[in-house]
Amino acid sequence: MTAASSSALQPVIVGAGPAGVRAAEALVAHGLRPVVIDEASRAGGQIYRRPPASLAERSANVLYGFEARRADAVHTAFDALRERIDYRPDSLVWNAQGGRLDVLHGPTRSTSSVPYGQLIVATGATDRVLPVPGWTLPGVYTLGGAQVALKFQGCAIGQRVVFMGTGPLLYLVAYQYAKAGAKVAAVLDTSRFADQLAATPAMLRQPAVFAKGVYYVAWLRAHGVALHGGVRPLRVLGDVAESRVAGVAWHDGREEHTLACDAVGFGYALRSETQLADLLGCRFEFAPLHRAHLPVRDAAGRSSVRGVYLAGDGAGIMGADAAEWAGERAALALLADSGVAVDTARAAMLEGKLHKLGAFRQGLERAFPVPHDWAAHAPDELVVCRCENITAGTLRRTVAEQGADEMNRLKALSRVGMGRCQGRMCGVAAAEILAHATGQPVQQVGRLRGQAPIKPIPIHLATTAPSTEGAGA
Amino acid sequence: MTGRKTLRTDVAIVGGGIVGASAALALRKMGIGVVVLERDLCGSRSSGVNYGGVRRQGRPVSQLPLAQRAHRIWGNLRETIGTDGEYLRSGHFKIARSEADMASLEQYRTKSRDFDLGLELISAARLRERCPWLGTRAVGGSLCAEDGQANPRLVSPAFALAAQRAGAQIFERHKVDEVMHDGKGFLLRSGNALEVHAPALLNCAGAWSGPIAEYFGEAVPLRSSHPVMAVTEPVPHFMDWSLGVEGGGIYCRQVARGNLVLGGGRGFALDADRARADRDAIATLAAQAVELLPTLRHAHFIRTWSGTEGNLPDHQPVLGPSRTTPGLFHGFGFSGAGFQIGPAAGEVLAELVRDGRSSTPIESFSIERFFAAAANEEAPTTADKTTTPTPP
Ligand SMILES: Cc1cc2nc3c(=O)[nH]c(=O)nc-3n(C[C@H](O)[C@H](O)[C@H](O)COP(=O)(O)OP(=O)(O)OC[C@H]3O[C@@H](n4cnc5c(N)ncnc54)[C@H](O)[C@@H]3O)c2cc1C
Ligand SMILES: Cc1cc2nc3c(=O)[nH]c(=O)nc-3n(C[C@H](O)[C@H](O)[C@H](O)COP(=O)(O)OP(=O)(O)OC[C@H]3O[C@@H](n4cnc5c(N)ncnc54)[C@H](O)[C@@H]3O)c2cc1C
Repeated sequence: MTAASSSALQPVIVGAGPAGVRAAEALVAHGLRPVVIDEASRAGGQIYRRPPASLAERSANVLYGFEARRADAVHTAFDALRERIDYRPDSLVWNAQGGRLDVLHGPTRSTSSVPYGQLIVATGATDRVLPVPGWTLPGVYTLGGAQVALKFQGCAIGQRVVFMGTGPLLYLVAYQYAKAGAKVAAVLDTSRFADQLAATPAMLRQPAVFAKGVYYVAWLRAHGVALHGGVRPLRVLGDVAESRVAGVAWHDGREEHTLACDAVGFGYALRSETQLADLLGCRFEFAPLHRAHLPVRDAAGRSSVRGVYLAGDGAGIMGADAAEWAGERAALALLADSGVAVDTARAAMLEGKLHKLGAFRQGLERAFPVPHDWAAHAPDELVVCRCENITAGTLRRTVAEQGADEMNRLKALSRVGMGRCQGRMCGVAAAEILAHATGQPVQQVGRLRGQAPIKPIPIHLATTAPSTEGAGA
Repeated sequence: MTGRKTLRTDVAIVGGGIVGASAALALRKMGIGVVVLERDLCGSRSSGVNYGGVRRQGRPVSQLPLAQRAHRIWGNLRETIGTDGEYLRSGHFKIARSEADMASLEQYRTKSRDFDLGLELISAARLRERCPWLGTRAVGGSLCAEDGQANPRLVSPAFALAAQRAGAQIFERHKVDEVMHDGKGFLLRSGNALEVHAPALLNCAGAWSGPIAEYFGEAVPLRSSHPVMAVTEPVPHFMDWSLGVEGGGIYCRQVARGNLVLGGGRGFALDADRARADRDAIATLAAQAVELLPTLRHAHFIRTWSGTEGNLPDHQPVLGPSRTTPGLFHGFGFSGAGFQIGPAAGEVLAELVRDGRSSTPIESFSIERFFAAAANEEAPTTADKTTTPTPP
């Protein structure tokens, strides 16, 4: 026995998306039996999310389109591991302290504490939200939410849907909706087609991915879906009587337009889910490419904390393929660090692929830039934080009257990010408003401090000091 | 880099917590020049992250003159700092869970009779009637109707802002890393950015005050503590009182927005500056919360946190002049209970600077007590041994 005896505890992986699955696979291949903890009820992560077993199985082709083969591959890989790992689905890691993770198990309504020696954090991402007036109306979803409804619940968010925002997911979700038979009223992209043209050379670094994007756009055009670039979303219009989405209004640089619809999917690409890395004490730095503070990692995925590895979208949005490579690479690093012989050529190859993807990512950011003038145009009455009902105007007043110039201070004085989501949803937008109002670049406003719980936990489930479940042999 | 900026002033203050900031405000009201150096943001440490209990009840009798003085300041909060900081005289109710607890609350009422706290003992039967939401373990308790709660996130920074409006020069993100006395006055340096000269110095650096005192030959056994705090999602309003428990353990209050803020137990330090709630403390707090307020059973904790507070072994602050260095005054070590008395401590420090004495009795807080005790192991401390010094 090599690996198992080299550390008393089996490694733990948090997240069973593409990164977590490939990490687990690599560890198993080297004789380990990792613990895999995932909040979802079935493995697959965001992109390869599987519907609940209770829903009639739809084919991978229907669910994942072009990604069907990859989805199948990830699911098959995971199913093959099933007996060789200690898999804990429906399990939210809500805290980390002193070499133990605190876990809340949804269905059994119980808690446990899982010790670890080495840990791979593969917690993925959620939508990056820059709100628009009217976004709190029933019928408005994030792009990811809209997609989850389709993949997971097998239903559409409306009959006549507008997709708005920017990023590759914008066209993908529109395509998936149209394919599924929903009426897509329009795709409104804040980036300009000129941006996409300029980014083409960089994006050709991943010709297959690029081709898919081109295909979605062409398909949507061919099927009569209106595509508008360079728009500025103005508001989601509401049907007062029914208190539901009735349409959207946007500006195209020359004039205002409106369009009727009964649902809106919107979003500006993704943001990394970094709280666990934060609780683990990982060092963060501002990453200009991602326009976010992210836990730092080396090319292999080692964080600044010994024994903690980072893989996938949780450490910077790189997409599903990269997540698989990074998951495997991090696992190899973990193995090597525990003295296990690994295939160094394979490790180098994975690093090479990840590195190459960096150029493509630059292209993507160029093609679909976050609208940097979003904060300048956000009206005072725009609700930024929906848990606490905090408006852009309140944030600006807090800056002007009380001198807030940093995120935690802004939170303390205004309550932004103090609700159930604790800034996971509104944090990005609040930082943009703060940066704009203080005339600082966004990296200078800092980031919200991490504190447990990562997501809300029912008090009666927090009452017992969690029983320690051995993750050892 | 341009050269280091040099300032001359009457009083230099290290630390912009509620103590340093209220001292700055009081000094400005006396027309005295003030420079405050705060290494982070004013009111972002203990003073900004505490539970928000504004209570006199349960304090050692020796603290009550100071607490009464603070009570008057709190009563004029809006005029003093320009905001009400969500301060409410909502009542502070200390729960008894046994007859022995009840007896000790009664004793406290007797002991504090000279101070106008207006304590009212409430029996089990009346308690059930008055607050059906209380769990069954409460057998009664003691109400101080004029005590209450405030939002420390708002109050403490507002003290600094008020001081600034009154003319104090406040330098945030300016850590003092050198302090000395050159025979004539004090000299403080913050990196290469700032140098401050002043004939008087206030040591209001909270849990980090120890090295400054030590530099002037006054090492005291100051230790950091990290009380655990938690907050629930908003729930329908049901409780006005801020609750404490005789003997300590848990305290909680409900804010206007509906969230419950709870505290109890100890967290741990991440480093010298930062702290976090501890998992076992969270579990204990949760269990006690459900016992105390069964309706909370299904509410969610949305956040836990801690802070770094300076603690002294007798749970009394050091407040008063240095025993070695004329012009130096200490105000630190509030041992988990300095939010309510902080504003009065600030006024006292200002008086000490101006008059060399304070109109409020502060003998119990003299730094001498540690040196007297060192000379004689048996020397009595000024701690009031009959009262358990617990947070709210
Ligand atoms: C809603 C959504 C839809 C997307 N759709 C597409 C798409 O169609 N095409 C595409 O190319 N890319 C898509 N992406 C991006 C794609 O999901 C990612 O690039 C890829 O899934 C990253 O893989 P990952 O393993 O890093 O993370 P993920 O796949 O996100 O997996 C992370 C896993 O960790 C779990 N987790 C997170 N935190 C905790 C915790 N504290 N405790 C326990 N478990 C936790 C999550 O439940 C999840 O299962 C989408 C992203 C999102 C958010
Ligand atoms: C979690 C918690 C709950 C509490 N609950 C209550 C309660 O309910 N009721 C109550 O009355 N009290 C409570 N307390 C106690 C109360 O918060 C403190 O006693 C009080 O805030 C102390 O104020 P301060 O100004 O002395 O300290 P701080 O607020 O800590 O201020 C000291 C300041 O000095 C600065 N500083 C330190 N070193 C330097 C340096 N070298 N250069 C420049 N600046 C420096 C720090 O950054 C800090 O801002 C609680 C404390 C905590 C931590």
